[in-house]
Amino acid sequence: MGCGTSVAIENQGRPSEVAIKAAVLIQRWYRRYVARLEIRRRYTWNIFQSIEYAGEQDQLQLSSFFSFMLDNFTQLNGNGPDLISHLLDSAVDPVTEEVRQCKYEQIVVPDSYSGPRLSFPLSVTDTNTLLSAFKEQQTLHGKYVLQLLHETQKFLKQMPNVIYLSSSYAKEITICGDLHGRLDDLLLIFYKNGLPSAENPYIFNGDFVDRGKKSIEIIIILFAFLLLYPDHMHLNRGNHEDHIMNLRYGFTKEVMQKYKTHGREILQLLQDVFSLLPIATIIDNKVLIVHGGISDKTDLYFLSSVERHRVKSALRLPKRSLDHTDVCCSRSSSRQSRRARVDSPCSTGRMKRKKKSRLTKQSSSSSSSSSSSASSVCSPRASCRATPRHPPPSPRLPSPVDMLQVPFLDSIVSLALPEPPKEELEWRQIVDVLWSDPKNQNGCSPNSFRGGGCYFGPDVTQRLLKKHGMCLLIRSHECKQEGYELCHNGQVITIFSASNYYEEGSNRGAYVKLGPELIPRFFQYQVSRSTRKLTLQQRVSVAESSALKALQEKLFAHRSELMAAFQQYDINNTGRISTNEWAQVVESVLRLDLPWRTLRPRLVRLASDGNVEYESCFENISAGQPIPQVTPNLAETMYRYRTDLEIIFNIIDKDHSGQISIEEFRQTWKLFSSHLGVDVDDQAIDDMARSIDFNKDGSIDFNEFLEAFRVVHKLDMKEQQQG
Amino acid sequence: MRRWVQPGTSVARPYWGEAIVSELHKRISSAFDVFDHESNHTVDVREIGTIIRSLGCFPTEAQLHDVIAEIEEEEPTGFIRFERFLPTMSRILLEHRFRPVPEDLLLQAFEVLDQQKRGHLDPEELTRYLTQEGEPFTQEEMEEMLSAAVDPDKNLIFYKDFVSVMTVDDPW
Repeated sequence: MGCGTSVAIENQGRPSEVAIKAAVLIQRWYRRYVARLEIRRRYTWNIFQSIEYAGEQDQLQLSSFFSFMLDNFTQLNGNGPDLISHLLDSAVDPVTEEVRQCKYEQIVVPDSYSGPRLSFPLSVTDTNTLLSAFKEQQTLHGKYVLQLLHETQKFLKQMPNVIYLSSSYAKEITICGDLHGRLDDLLLIFYKNGLPSAENPYIFNGDFVDRGKKSIEIIIILFAFLLLYPDHMHLNRGNHEDHIMNLRYGFTKEVMQKYKTHGREILQLLQDVFSLLPIATIIDNKVLIVHGGISDKTDLYFLSSVERHRVKSALRLPKRSLDHTDVCCSRSSSRQSRRARVDSPCSTGRMKRKKKSRLTKQSSSSSSSSSSSASSVCSPRASCRATPRHPPPSPRLPSPVDMLQVPFLDSIVSLALPEPPKEELEWRQIVDVLWSDPKNQNGCSPNSFRGGGCYFGPDVTQRLLKKHGMCLLIRSHECKQEGYELCHNGQVITIFSASNYYEEGSNRGAYVKLGPELIPRFFQYQVSRSTRKLTLQQRVSVAESSALKALQEKLFAHRSELMAAFQQYDINNTGRISTNEWAQVVESVLRLDLPWRTLRPRLVRLASDGNVEYESCFENISAGQPIPQVTPNLAETMYRYRTDLEIIFNIIDKDHSGQISIEEFRQTWKLFSSHLGVDVDDQAIDDMARSIDFNKDGSIDFNEFLEAFRVVHKLDMKEQQQG
Repeated sequence: MRRWVQPGTSVARPYWGEAIVSELHKRISSAFDVFDHESNHTVDVREIGTIIRSLGCFPTEAQLHDVIAEIEEEEPTGFIRFERFLPTMSRILLEHRFRPVPEDLLLQAFEVLDQQKRGHLDPEELTRYLTQEGEPFTQEEMEEMLSAAVDPDKNLIFYKDFVSVMTVDDPW
């Protein structure tokens, strides 16, 4: 027995009882500390992903808005609907390839151009030149981009939808996931793993572009290697290799900014090239590699036979003759809308047949077809209702009695279909493969989070792999903390190659190597601005702070709606409501499925009586410098739809001058706001339009205009002032 | 009126106000939701410890295992259902089980291990204690703790600083 004075290790070498108790206490505390970090890390992820996917759902709505514009917007300063369809439809110049090739060759590159020059057919010199040039932040001249894309297009045309590879004895194949315009990550991979070559084959599994700032450079490098080593370099299409996604997520903007003269043509060509990228790669008939995943309807034989070239975008539903469809409109939101054209609403989910509304008549004459649908597209609004998280039942091909729901801004269009034509089945096969996510429980349900594709369970994976005698599915599409993740009993690998995707320190990137025995080896990395490795705590804090900022911006952008709802609970005007009430309001207004009660302490203050001081939500964030004539209501709408407006303005601005006419602005804004159901006075719009024409020359600089509607984080401002 | 009766005992528990219980349920539900990836009211059993701890409790590993045993299915599936988690967790919170250990005790615990009262510990000795005694750390846990606790220049653990890090004021 030890005495109380000494806690040293006893003679036999066993620690004293007190020491053991101390150890237990430390362990207990530490585990609790780690648990706290873990929950913070988790909800940070939830926030980023919710906002990201909500953005993708908005994308569907934007797409249907374009179609609406085409239908209803006849004259825009004499430009007609052409200006929209010009960009949305595949209007590739209908001249022969030879003519186009000649045209590109004739483009003159000035002597003053100091960037890389390419000569076709490409050689190793060209790829090396490109790599060094991009490391030096140079831009490749538009002429070479066009030539490169042209050659890539020719090459990809002869490729099948599904590429079959074999791993030979000596070589390992390296598979990389999403890059999203992060050139540093690609360069790091090449540095660690070597450049692509006959001895070092690569597969890049989609999502090369969008979000990051160097998407075009990544594309150029990947395509260059593709042409140089066609047997050893393989690219799969991702859901971001899609021109409508690019409109929203930054690639289109990047191209238009870097290539003022040739940008539009580059984008046209890219539209085509993207749709020619193969959909899947199979190694040794054992490993299936696709960007998103699979569904219970995935059929590799069918997939091999589809005309992939026709599916330009997952968000442009296949053209459908509307003669045999009946359209009825139902409204899912309770918002008021000045939509005189639409029939009185039927309740959500009720499948009623109604006489054709004027909407149908107009739609049937349009060349776009957002009013048709497939069962793998689901309505984001409907699914975000009271119990937002229950996935709807498994999709099945519609029978004649079935109605399908299609998102149409904030209403739902229900369609009755006799039978889906082949085009739609093809479209669906491709969308499933590019957009689906694995889930842990069995079954297959529509992916309402993303608005396309499915959630597929381990049974679906097992069935498909078994059917084709395969053992492994490698996919990407989802960001993972460690850069990779296994699921479905090791039958599915997610590989993600953009490190720090959400925020500095948020995650590692990874790539996987497969040798002839097909045992995966993983390699991780992280691009870092600083040389010191961050601790877990620091990484969590940085990412968390960024996520919370994004969330605060959302709150700010819905301020009036939130305040109105808060005040409904606060009858006595105390400025306080219960946590429960606060959580309910925020959830229903923002429609983001997040653990609001867990987040509450980070977003809003508690009063001494335990109730929430709801206005403190908006404390840390304020408006930039909005234009004075703009009413608060209008301003808020601008904050919310800033991205969408930017996209639309960029489309209208054909010559990329950054300027559009006042009249174009007015008309666009009117249409947009009426479609959103925003109650805006005509006078208010006129005032706004006039006030932003600063030099009174009849045109506005819309970039400047949009700049006014950025939000500012007060804490950041304070830091900047002190620093 | 609700009465919480601990199975196996004949002692009736006190009556808890409906409002309090309702608040509690929502708090528990919110924490549970963070890990409910499939949105079907189940979580992986390996996350239960994290959830319980994030709600303010300090169970030991042994206590945690007991709780899990109570809420698992008859035939464990690897998942815990919310319907089973909620009543047990409510009870834990209402009864203030697994109470937090005061911060100063944590500092004392380190001081106990610091026999020579130098104000710091060697990584090796701390590793020995924590991976061999009490409810031993896994290698991963130990490595993670060291990465946060060890001063990289001196290769020592200045535990007072580390205790401050671990006990930073939490909003919950």
